[in-house]
Amino acid sequence: MTIALDINGKILQTEAAPDTPLLWALRDDLGMTGTKYGCGIAQCGACTVQINGQATRSCQVPISSLEGAKITTIEGLGGMHALQQAWVKHDVPQCGYCQSGQIMSAAALLAEKPKPTDAEIDAAMSGNICRCGAYQRIHAAIKDAAGMAPAATVAAAAPAKV
Amino acid sequence: MNAPAKGFNAPTRRDLLVVGTAVVGGALLVGCSLPDALSTGGGKHDFGAFGPFVKIGADGAVTVISKHIEFGQGVHAGLAAIVAEEMDADWSKVRVEQAPAITNVYANTLMKVQGTGGSSAIANSWDQLRKVGAASRAMFVEAAANRWKVPPGEVTVKDGVVAHASGKSATFADLLGEASKVAPPANPVLKDPKTFTLIGTDRVRRKDSQAKSDGTAIYTQDVHKPNMLTAMVAHSPLFGGKVKSFDAAAAKKVAGVVDVYQIPTGVAVVANSTYAARMGREALKVEWDDGKSEKRSTAAIMASYRDAVAGKGEPKWESFEAKGDAAAAPAGEVLAATYEFPYLAHATMEPMNCVAEVDGNKCHLTFGSQIPTMDQMNAAKVVLTLPGAVTIDTLFAGGSFGRRGNFQSDYVVECVEIAKKVGHGRAVKLVWTREDDFMGGKFRPMVLHDVKVVVGKDGYPAKWTHRIVTQSIMKGSPMATKGADPTAVEGAQGSVYLKATPVVDGQLCTVESPVTVLWWRSVGATHTAFVMEHTIDQLAKKAGKDAVEYRREMYRRAGPEGARHLAVLNLAVEKAGWGKPAAGFTQGVAVHESFGSVVAQVAEVRLENGEPRVGRVVTAVDCGTAISPDQIAAQVEGGTCYGLSAALFGKVELKDGAIQQTNFDTYRVLRHNEAPQVETYIRPSVKAPSGMGEPGTPVIGPAVANALLAMDGTVTSSLPFVKG
Ligand code: FES
Ligand code: FES
Repeated sequence: MTIALDINGKILQTEAAPDTPLLWALRDDLGMTGTKYGCGIAQCGACTVQINGQATRSCQVPISSLEGAKITTIEGLGGMHALQQAWVKHDVPQCGYCQSGQIMSAAALLAEKPKPTDAEIDAAMSGNICRCGAYQRIHAAIKDAAGMAPAATVAAAAPAKV
Repeated sequence: MNAPAKGFNAPTRRDLLVVGTAVVGGALLVGCSLPDALSTGGGKHDFGAFGPFVKIGADGAVTVISKHIEFGQGVHAGLAAIVAEEMDADWSKVRVEQAPAITNVYANTLMKVQGTGGSSAIANSWDQLRKVGAASRAMFVEAAANRWKVPPGEVTVKDGVVAHASGKSATFADLLGEASKVAPPANPVLKDPKTFTLIGTDRVRRKDSQAKSDGTAIYTQDVHKPNMLTAMVAHSPLFGGKVKSFDAAAAKKVAGVVDVYQIPTGVAVVANSTYAARMGREALKVEWDDGKSEKRSTAAIMASYRDAVAGKGEPKWESFEAKGDAAAAPAGEVLAATYEFPYLAHATMEPMNCVAEVDGNKCHLTFGSQIPTMDQMNAAKVVLTLPGAVTIDTLFAGGSFGRRGNFQSDYVVECVEIAKKVGHGRAVKLVWTREDDFMGGKFRPMVLHDVKVVVGKDGYPAKWTHRIVTQSIMKGSPMATKGADPTAVEGAQGSVYLKATPVVDGQLCTVESPVTVLWWRSVGATHTAFVMEHTIDQLAKKAGKDAVEYRREMYRRAGPEGARHLAVLNLAVEKAGWGKPAAGFTQGVAVHESFGSVVAQVAEVRLENGEPRVGRVVTAVDCGTAISPDQIAAQVEGGTCYGLSAALFGKVELKDGAIQQTNFDTYRVLRHNEAPQVETYIRPSVKAPSGMGEPGTPVIGPAVANALLAMDGTVTSSLPFVKG
């Protein structure tokens, strides 16, 4: 049985079993490995994609439920999205494994709230774990991408030589 | 067995470009009878004109070969910057490639095996790569001098452009052919660090941020090879359990499952996809033999540690610090404190995984290999070949914090065992789920510290008695040394505070359990820094002195070895505005040296819903020469989060042997809204660089404890702070 999925504006066919979570269909069947596995239980956010614009944990969504839905993955951001440029500018990634999910959550946030407050960023991003602890730079990069000066404490975090 | 570069004068170049060619020696190789085989398995390697660490393309672009894995610590950029600095290459065009596994070429000059650990990647490469860069530069200079018929001393290099005052200039690309034929100098002249133009500047930024922001960076999890199978393994639910019997009938009926095998660590299901492997494993029925497994609860294990301190059960003690007359009993009040630390999981963002292809005695591995030499040795035992014949393509790893490098190469060997059953060189990707990763153990050991300090009339320690009970990481390993396991006591052993104390008696008791333990980012310091720093604040309080003033006096008493601590403390205190926290916050300070670097932090803490919440954290570090200030700051930021996560929430508990935390719903970790704002200040230094991957981790825990002590007198005697 074939399921057709609308991913990054293209209709892709997959033969994966209908109960397969989108995460594994993307990674194993469709060759799109930017979306990562981290926990499988909606706790870490590494698998975050957007479904109809909503940040969604792809480990929780069987592909059978997705016919007609518009899916965007990290590959769909194109590499030069304002967030991706800010990520590079701030050297946000360490190991990098969580970052696709972080960026997809942040992109959904900015699409909804182009100028988020610190509290809104905290709320939108607290479902994405970064074990390397790049949170401070993630926060700063989101503000930068939103055209907002990072909070004073963030600016002070730049390394100073003494 | 050596690996001479092609072409003329290869031996000279080799000697020059490869520091530490001495075939691997040292403790790590006990048990390997064929050290030669570690090198190349008889193969020859053609590294090109510039040796094994540098490649220069026809376009003049410089590629630096990293012998160290990049798992977040920024080492690729750091290593490349060392070469680029001495070479005067155009930094914007420098690329980094991962080295293959060839121990005698790419050994860590401190560890003597090819591997990344102990925050040593930059430190061990410093001299080696400076020489590589300087020699390569000299080759271009001589090529230009020959071409232009001018003295080499008059030739300059900047950003990959070689020039002469007469106006002549040429790029590395222009000169590549001639430079490749120049004999590298026996003793290339290194730069005076004062003239560095790249090192120490904010231009040294990561080379992998784009790939790690657009989803194209490839991790083990992302490897797909033609015809590849994916494997999952059913493991014993208890540590130390073995397969008694299993029934694979239902598993084999799952669509996509290809086969089921018993292997030494459990029962493996191989399938055409990750999802099928997972469903196959769920359908598997396994009976376990728990005869030798750990069946105690962690509470009972900790109780046995307390018994050891109380002298019950004939504990064996090994001294790690002894000074003065321990039998003497100086007069004074006694400060007694005990500290209990839980098992901690590394919980890397990418769970453990590996890809193996085995065909008879041939074995090829593709994964994030932290210690390739060890992984080669362990894989070779499974396929019955020489370690050097096992080839490894090392990929980015989604974190390690110590987990990927271990004496057994646990997940690697498991993958090789399965690939051997599959055979025919067919690729097998072993995937551990998050649950497998937690249940796979290799925890930071549980630890108990019992400290008694006799306080002299002046309020400072007159006698320090210290007992530590824990499992040993090193015992029984090829790296074991005689006496107290240094990884269990480092940080207490050698502490600047013990140097400032006239009488010291420190002893370690190691205990055993089937629960496996391992180094965890900053290793011994994960607990010793907490114990020493929180004890110091309690002593200061008892003496009625300010925590910073008390430390300053202790550092003075420690003599010359206290000088760096004093300077770093002073910098942190000055930048933080000690005594002037943000409204509603209380400050706490801590200082610790690990891996040759000294880190001081002042943390501002308040309680939110009864939980400590950390705001501003001002950090000062002395790590010798700072190659990338930005990445040092990143490691301090990340290390602080990693240490804070453990201090606030981290614990793995067993109930009747069964692990209670198997995913992020039960193993709470620090999240975005709980992260502190970390500022990093680096003391200028011309000393060789020391590590920064780990030293940022252990200081925040005691800084928070000390803030809580200052807040309301709370003494923290066990971690994590947040119970339940
Ligand atoms: S893998 Fe989906 S939330 Fe962690
Ligand atoms: S960068 Fe490593 S987990 Fe986020």
